[in-house]
Amino acid sequence: MSPPPFAARCAQQLTRIALALGAGACIAAPADGDWPTAARDAANTRFSPLAEITAANVSGLQLAWSFSTSVGKGHEAAPIVVGDTMFVVLPFPNRVIAFDLATPGAHVKWTFDPKPDPHAQGVACCDVVNRGAAAAGNRLFFTTLDNQVIALDTRSGTELWRARLGDLASGQSMTMAPIVVKDEVIVGNSGSDFGVRGFIAALAADTGHELWRAWSTGPDKDVRIGAGFLPFYAGDRGTDLGVATWPPEAWRIGGGSVDGWVSYDPELDLLFHGTGRPAPRNPTARPGANKWTSSLFARKAQTGDAVWAYQTSPHDRYGYDGSNENVLVSLTLAGRERRVLLHPDSNGLLYVIDRATGEVLTADPYSFVSTSRGVDPDSGALRYATDEVPAAGRVVRDSCPGSAGAKNWQPSAWSPRTQLLYVPYQDLCEDTDFFAASHIPGTPYLGAESKMHARAGASRGGFVAWDPARRRKAWWLPERFPVWSGALATAGDVVFYGTMDGWFKAVDARNGHALWKFRTVSGIVGQPVSYRGGDGHQYVAVMAGVGGWAGLIVANDLDARDGTAGGGFVNAMTDLPAATGRGGMLYVFRLR
Amino acid sequence: MSSGFARRTTVVLLAGMVAVIAGCQREERHFTATPVPADARAQADALAPQQAGPAGRGMREVAAAGSYDENSAYALAQGKKYYRWFNCIGCHAQGGGGTGPALMDASWIYGNKPGDVFTSIMDGRPGGMPSYRGRIPEKEAWELAAYVRSLSGLVPADAATNRADSLSGADPEGLRDPQRPEDKPRK
Repeated sequence: MSPPPFAARCAQQLTRIALALGAGACIAAPADGDWPTAARDAANTRFSPLAEITAANVSGLQLAWSFSTSVGKGHEAAPIVVGDTMFVVLPFPNRVIAFDLATPGAHVKWTFDPKPDPHAQGVACCDVVNRGAAAAGNRLFFTTLDNQVIALDTRSGTELWRARLGDLASGQSMTMAPIVVKDEVIVGNSGSDFGVRGFIAALAADTGHELWRAWSTGPDKDVRIGAGFLPFYAGDRGTDLGVATWPPEAWRIGGGSVDGWVSYDPELDLLFHGTGRPAPRNPTARPGANKWTSSLFARKAQTGDAVWAYQTSPHDRYGYDGSNENVLVSLTLAGRERRVLLHPDSNGLLYVIDRATGEVLTADPYSFVSTSRGVDPDSGALRYATDEVPAAGRVVRDSCPGSAGAKNWQPSAWSPRTQLLYVPYQDLCEDTDFFAASHIPGTPYLGAESKMHARAGASRGGFVAWDPARRRKAWWLPERFPVWSGALATAGDVVFYGTMDGWFKAVDARNGHALWKFRTVSGIVGQPVSYRGGDGHQYVAVMAGVGGWAGLIVANDLDARDGTAGGGFVNAMTDLPAATGRGGMLYVFRLR
Repeated sequence: MSSGFARRTTVVLLAGMVAVIAGCQREERHFTATPVPADARAQADALAPQQAGPAGRGMREVAAAGSYDENSAYALAQGKKYYRWFNCIGCHAQGGGGTGPALMDASWIYGNKPGDVFTSIMDGRPGGMPSYRGRIPEKEAWELAAYVRSLSGLVPADAATNRADSLSGADPEGLRDPQRPEDKPRK
């Protein structure tokens, strides 16, 4: 039987899922039992329509099978499931393993070793992580730490093509999870802390040929800003702002990597993505707004042409970036249905933005924020709390959130049933000392050292359910450590997340009540997913293996006596090694 | 009794003078390159038991090894300055590590001898350490190597730097007990 034509499929999906989702993401709406990309759908909801596991029965969740990955670094990837196969991409050296879900205990179907250049480990700012693969048709796409994008045949693990999108010597690496839009694979680079020049690019899914590339800094033609560029705010309009808002030539090494999440709205035919922070960290070295770092972009999928942009943290002072996810939902605001994107930024504000125009509808702190006082409604500019300019040799103290943000890469989940966004977060402040930054290609370009610390009387992080329509927390769960895992929402009204001290937790989507938890071999910084197995039952999968920026003290065996170690995160995590050790393990659960 | 007291006082004074004179050497500076030592190969072996690279390169490094002086407070202070200038801080922090390994502990992947550290700096290492050859002159790299060893207390305490221009919070280099692999508690 040939698949139904696209329009019919679209209509089916619209009635089945997209109406409920409000996202209209018919083009990429996966079969309800699949989890084909890290965020599952193009809207980046991380919502599974499966409802076998409910608040009433989740206490009976049991381990179905597990698998040791033999890697001791941070396991941040989402398991990818299509039909009866699961795919995982491991941290460097980025081996890919396919599991046959039709066999008892899920035998390994094939493994693929991309053999990346080991020098890539030296330009990975925040552990040698990978955020997962993307499956489309019979192809699996993933990035390697040494800047390659590789396509495999999902059935055999045979390499179809590989493309190299950058040079390690420039400090560039790749960690992000690709998405597939029609016949394009969308990827971006990492390395803002190494003074790279950020970009997002589209590759032909069948050949790996580069179709377009949009840089985050530089002249308009490089940023793919043209006649169709209509930003909502006046400050984002002008010619070659990606050059004019920098000291001469500084944009060439100005950061703005695209290492976070990409979402896609098929109705508007727009891609949405953020850009990383400017380089160097020391803001005195780069007077100006430093466009288009720490920004959000809407781009045409076919050409990469920018439709609007909005800078969340102009002339970033605190190491904030715009890389966090953009979750595409419909909300009723002031009695009016709005197609918005939800963006919990690292600067601590949760932005609700009209995704067609780039207008900021609301921006509220979802964690403790001392560095800004919201967004100016007229100019859209972030109102920094102080005009005090950091100076070399003087320490800026108690900036909250610190440079890891109120939330970093760890993606939130949206439930169309509860209309809540489930956000893993950290609540850490930072002291920072600035000095002259030397630009040596392939080495960090910072000019700053930091030390993070917990806020007096507050826990270091947690899990918050945010109600974007009412602009408030519905409930929140403090945790001992930052919650560095992704979130998973399900139609059974159960929400899952993992903690760095090694608990995988299920809580009630409506009120946050603890329902079930499982002790893992190592702390969890991965992305939980849910799928339907060959036996027709709902499964939940997650990789444990502590690491990432927050877990560097364990993954890289850092010395707790130096508070500035690991970008200053060590100072806030000195008790992590006592709570958990290294170890990569894939866990899969189902009801008894 | 009084004569015994005087004798002890003399001994203490003499010991103090010796310490002061010895201490003066910490400020000694070498403004010209030191000639190649007579037995360069022997010194190379002593410096770097697992020296990497093609044959012959070691000789050049040994030529500069005359610059290596971990008894010199000046050399260590210079090394500390380069440690920041050449972005060592970005990966190794103030010795606690980050992208790169910690340098203040007893664990050494590629050895803790001055020549090992010099080779790591100049030639890089396959785990991600970039090569600084052509970016740092050899004399300065030896000063950097001495400072790196001071992070784990492996240089004389009276020569090590003692003021931290940093948020680190760790004891200054001169107050750190030597961290040697053999001191590491067995797991």
